[in-house]
Amino acid sequence: MSQQATRSSSSHAKRPPILERNLAKGRSNEVSLSALAFLFCEMLSYATKKSSGIQDMEKKLSDFGYRVGLRTLELIIFRDRPGRRDTRLLNVLTFIHSTVWKTLFGKPADALEKGTDNEDEYMISDNEPNVTKFIAVPKEMSQLSCGAFIGGIVEAVLDGSGFVSAPSDFTPRTKVSYNVYDLGRQS
Amino acid sequence: MSSNSYFVIVGTRDNPLYEAEFGPASRGDGGGHQKKDEHKHLNQFIVHAALDVVDDLMWGTNAMYLKVVDKFNEWFISAYVTASGTRFMLLHDAPNQDGIRNFFQDTHELYIKTLLNPFTETNATLTSPTLDTKIRALARKWL
Repeated sequence: MSQQATRSSSSHAKRPPILERNLAKGRSNEVSLSALAFLFCEMLSYATKKSSGIQDMEKKLSDFGYRVGLRTLELIIFRDRPGRRDTRLLNVLTFIHSTVWKTLFGKPADALEKGTDNEDEYMISDNEPNVTKFIAVPKEMSQLSCGAFIGGIVEAVLDGSGFVSAPSDFTPRTKVSYNVYDLGRQS
Repeated sequence: MSSNSYFVIVGTRDNPLYEAEFGPASRGDGGGHQKKDEHKHLNQFIVHAALDVVDDLMWGTNAMYLKVVDKFNEWFISAYVTASGTRFMLLHDAPNQDGIRNFFQDTHELYIKTLLNPFTETNATLTSPTLDTKIRALARKWL
């Protein structure tokens, strides 16, 4: 999922079976922003149709993001740091803030902050997430934040690394903030 | 190349996602065959017991390949942990660190490719026959 140029005519050629494709980064693995925006639009309308309210819709988007996040975690670690995984919370958060954001959205996230009122709350902000760039939210759903999708991705990365997390707030358009509970594993 | 091994991929809920046994191709004498059948069910128990050790070790180190983590009679258990907490366990009788490390890395790559299929659920058993063939080929190559 990156912002760069589109794939060429290979979309009509017969694709090799999944176990024989190359995992390394390359031009053939990149997708255009317009294709992604189109897909995201459809995901949103599907979620709107199937859900009963704003909370429900955010949960659905978060679930979509969760499935993406699990695979993203494995793939990014495989490509960028083979053989090593993060065990400490701050390392995982920094990893999300820089590497994950850069791989998925083409730029690192704007800020990583530690919440002041809560010991275990952290915030990752992105001032213009490009998946939601083309989404217009109607007034009656102004509480909705499509960043729930991104939140799902972050939650999956944290979950996979062994930290229980619960999203505490998605400020529309900007922040994704999380309560991260570390189950006492790190010293 | 001729050691007996038992390979399991264990999910995050301690459920086996994939199991395979590798060993020498020919099993000539009936006596030897019977002995192996008796120990087959033990393999699951041995690996399950070793999961606790892996759980302790995996948080202490950044590495994915945790070499030999446990020993049972004459069998060694080697482990490899992926970024999302899936554990690859190999029960073998001859320690062969380099070959095992390469085997784990190649199997990890196959696992990621399988995972990228949006129709695989998390913690679902991996039943693809192509995957099975490929893992057996890797075992012949590295073990």
